[in-house]
Amino acid sequence: MTQGKVTGVTANLITVEVDGPVSQNEIAYVILDGQRLMSEVIRINGRVASIQCFESTRGVRTGLPVHFAGGMLEVELGPGLLSKNYDGLQNDLDKKEGLFLQRGEYTSPLDENKHYEFTPLVESGASVEAGDWLGEVKENWVNHKIMVPFALKGQWTIESIASVGSYTIHDTMAVAVNDAGEKKEFTMTQKWPVKVPIRCYSEKPRPNRLMETGYRIIDTFNPLAEGGTGFIPGPFGCGKTVVQHTVSKNASADIIIVAACGERANEVVEIFTEFPELEDPRTGRKLYERTTIICNTSNMPVAAREASVYTAMTIGEYYRQMGLSVLLLADSTSRWAQALREMSNRMEELPGPDAFPMDLSAIIANFYARAGSVILNNGEQGSVTFLGTVSPAGGNLKEPVTESTKKAAQCFYALSQKRADSKRYPAIDPQESYSKYLDSPEIRAYLTQRSGPAWVDDVLSLKNRLLRGKEAQDQISILGDDGVPVDYHVDFWKSEVIDFALIQQDAFDAVDRFASVDRQEFGLKTVKSICDQDYFFENFEEVAPYFKRMINALKQMNFSAFGSSEFAGFEKELNSILAETQKRGEVA
Amino acid sequence: MQAGAFRKIHTRIDEITKATVTLRAQGVGNEEMAYVDDRLAQVVRIAGEQVTLQVFVGTEGISTNAQVTFLGRPPVLRVSDDLAGRFFDAFGRPLDGGPEVDGEEREIGGPSVNPVRRQQPNQLIATGIAGIDLNNTLVTGQKIPFFADSDQPYNEVMANVALKAEADKIILGGMGLSNDDYLYFRSLFENAGALDKIISFINTTENPPVERLLVPDMALAAAEYFAVDKNEKVLVLLTDMTLYADALAIVSNKMDQIPSKDSMPGSLYSDLAKLYEKAVQFPEGGSITIVAVTTLSGGDITHAIPDNTGYITEGQLFLRTDTDIGKVIVDPFRSLSRLKQQVIGKKTRSDHGQVMNAAVRLYADAAEARTKKDNGFDLTEYDERCMAFAKEYSDQLLAIDVDLGTDAMLDAVWRLFEQHFSLEELSIKKAISDVYWKGGNA
Repeated sequence: MTQGKVTGVTANLITVEVDGPVSQNEIAYVILDGQRLMSEVIRINGRVASIQCFESTRGVRTGLPVHFAGGMLEVELGPGLLSKNYDGLQNDLDKKEGLFLQRGEYTSPLDENKHYEFTPLVESGASVEAGDWLGEVKENWVNHKIMVPFALKGQWTIESIASVGSYTIHDTMAVAVNDAGEKKEFTMTQKWPVKVPIRCYSEKPRPNRLMETGYRIIDTFNPLAEGGTGFIPGPFGCGKTVVQHTVSKNASADIIIVAACGERANEVVEIFTEFPELEDPRTGRKLYERTTIICNTSNMPVAAREASVYTAMTIGEYYRQMGLSVLLLADSTSRWAQALREMSNRMEELPGPDAFPMDLSAIIANFYARAGSVILNNGEQGSVTFLGTVSPAGGNLKEPVTESTKKAAQCFYALSQKRADSKRYPAIDPQESYSKYLDSPEIRAYLTQRSGPAWVDDVLSLKNRLLRGKEAQDQISILGDDGVPVDYHVDFWKSEVIDFALIQQDAFDAVDRFASVDRQEFGLKTVKSICDQDYFFENFEEVAPYFKRMINALKQMNFSAFGSSEFAGFEKELNSILAETQKRGEVA
Repeated sequence: MQAGAFRKIHTRIDEITKATVTLRAQGVGNEEMAYVDDRLAQVVRIAGEQVTLQVFVGTEGISTNAQVTFLGRPPVLRVSDDLAGRFFDAFGRPLDGGPEVDGEEREIGGPSVNPVRRQQPNQLIATGIAGIDLNNTLVTGQKIPFFADSDQPYNEVMANVALKAEADKIILGGMGLSNDDYLYFRSLFENAGALDKIISFINTTENPPVERLLVPDMALAAAEYFAVDKNEKVLVLLTDMTLYADALAIVSNKMDQIPSKDSMPGSLYSDLAKLYEKAVQFPEGGSITIVAVTTLSGGDITHAIPDNTGYITEGQLFLRTDTDIGKVIVDPFRSLSRLKQQVIGKKTRSDHGQVMNAAVRLYADAAEARTKKDNGFDLTEYDERCMAFAKEYSDQLLAIDVDLGTDAMLDAVWRLFEQHFSLEELSIKKAISDVYWKGGNA
């Protein structure tokens, strides 16, 4: 292996003079007083390699030996990834000793001694290639497939396969040979470089069904497709993290991977604490059983922050290869971009906009492109859905990270400071936000089949009413309450009904935080019929009090369990409020 | 002040800027401390044999033949119980004429806490200020700054919060404090009889700006000692973080780094996060809570310093002068405590969450009515009621001179609701209004 010597240090950028070949993104270890500091090659210039150190570089001095590892940053994939808390480099945080993270301490991501019950899925003599399923084990309640290593090339024939029984992850599960007479042993685990997409599938079609999140503003108005991509930009304090956490609790995914990238440690602790307690609303199992957390908080080294999103994506792709639906949440991709900026800055590259590297846009687009729904070689479907947050500097959506992400993602959930200020949560702006999936023929067909042929048109008609309400409000604020026809007030208040009854949702209320598909169908129908009705008022002063009563009834319905007697009571109240105006109409 | 004579002394400096010196030296570690003559300095860059040192007090008068002595260690603080009640400068040297503290040397700016060894913060900090306790409840282990213009009484509010917070230790990190402010803190702590639980690291405007860079690390190293070794509840006050960030910008500028937004270093987010993330709740009971001050220029929170801070801290407390009542209030729109959900309705009364939200929503309606009025439009009867409510709410609850228990605050809001609104206008969950609403049911 190539060796080197440290020749310079600036923050976490170390320059190394090397004695042999090195490759871009190769992993290197700086040896400091017996500690091994993991680093990655990011530039090579003649015999000098620039490496970014994943640890604090305090005390690093010239002349220190550097060992190059010969490979890129890899993760270990196998049963036992779920319910784990990893750092950005896939070290199991629970195995680390002491209160503080000591540098140079690397822990193994999987449990070597744990036994899994194996059932073979192929017989000897079968012909296999990379990614094919050899067997399965139960990981929590997930059928975890044991696969032919993704890096293997060509066709292989299974010579022997382990029988049903209990094995540890490094036991040999199968032996295969190829035409050239080479022999390979497969265990339950394999390694894969994080920056390379796993591509053992036959095609990557357009997404054709939805990832349900329980949020009405997402599922009803701006749906996220399974295998789709979306992002949530917003100034601080607008509830990005609450939205992501709530989605992670309620989403209709088999596997949830949460990448806390350069964010607050206490927010990750919240997940650590709550997920083992919370139940998955669909399976009734604990949320933790289907979740992996990649945690690189803002005080952990910057370079590892950059790696963390790739680590998370690779684990997501691994489960996708098992035909599972994976939801990957990253909070926040801006911190990742900032990590790129810090390194680019230290390497004294010419800066792009806002001092970000010039290729930021391409890096973001490449990353988002790793999400998607795939048809595996055996015909099964798996998906990685990616939902990232962006923290735009100064809340300005024209900054480079937001702009680049907007080009790459299909759904845009803009958080609005104004909505947050008036506590209209989730503060997802109904006008600014969009989902390109509403226009996709596959998703339209799916929605028609699920919720009837009128669904998409109904959604669009309510979106249109929101817009009209906004226009009416603008007119009212320009011309004054009595300067516009009463109809303008009615239009405005209809949009308020949509806002309060459908868009706003209390993530901290035990009932309101999750709206099932049935409930969303009912909600849309109810609100649409309220909006389609004509109302008769003598003057504008009657309008607001009337609609406020209606909103109150609708909100109480949202707080009550769907179909409960409480719910029915408020529904009755709503209907009697609606009946009042009809009587008034008859009189007029 | 000179270190041991066994260290090699260098006497040839190649390059001097306002904040840094560069010389040839070998075997020097990154972030190692050194003396340049009698001034403390720290290694910030090594390129071959060229070592760049950041000289904290500035380089005025440094000559190319100055004596440079490397200390072979990163910056340290001596920790022991004797820290309590003492005032130190940015280097941890006594300012109060007392003796040097004897104790174990601890590296400052050390490693971060393993996230899985943290506990979820869940203990309420009562301050008596309703703008905080009611709308933006603080929790131990939280980190939160005051965002305030320089003419607002942020130091006074922060000191009040600190004295009421029932902390075992209060650690003040003063960066660029005016001498008046320094004396204010000193006499306030003395008069409160709290001096024995207070530790201060002070850099005043009389000291050079780059020196400030050590203050938060010193304060937090002391905090970690008391929170980890002694399981104490520690409250760290950092004022003013804007001046700290300015010092970072100076150093990065002198090192020819490409500035990002607002001339700040590209690493500002990570630099600030390293400090703020020291806030922690340990399962053993010890905790570090950070209350900081970030001064704004003309209320602009989009500037890189408050902006990056806002993304790191668990909320912010925004001070604003309410001209209607002529008092400084904690602005309910721009203020936020992210951890409040951990205690609201759990450690406080069950109506807390809904009351808080309803009041702020009505306050927002009042703000809209006000805009309407300013534009010369007639107000509806509802608008009038909202504005009347807002004025009383501001005066009785948001003003920083309010001192109430949380239940009394909630009751006060209910009475204001009853006075100005019908129950339906509140949109409060019925199960809650059934208990607390004493008004008519119109």
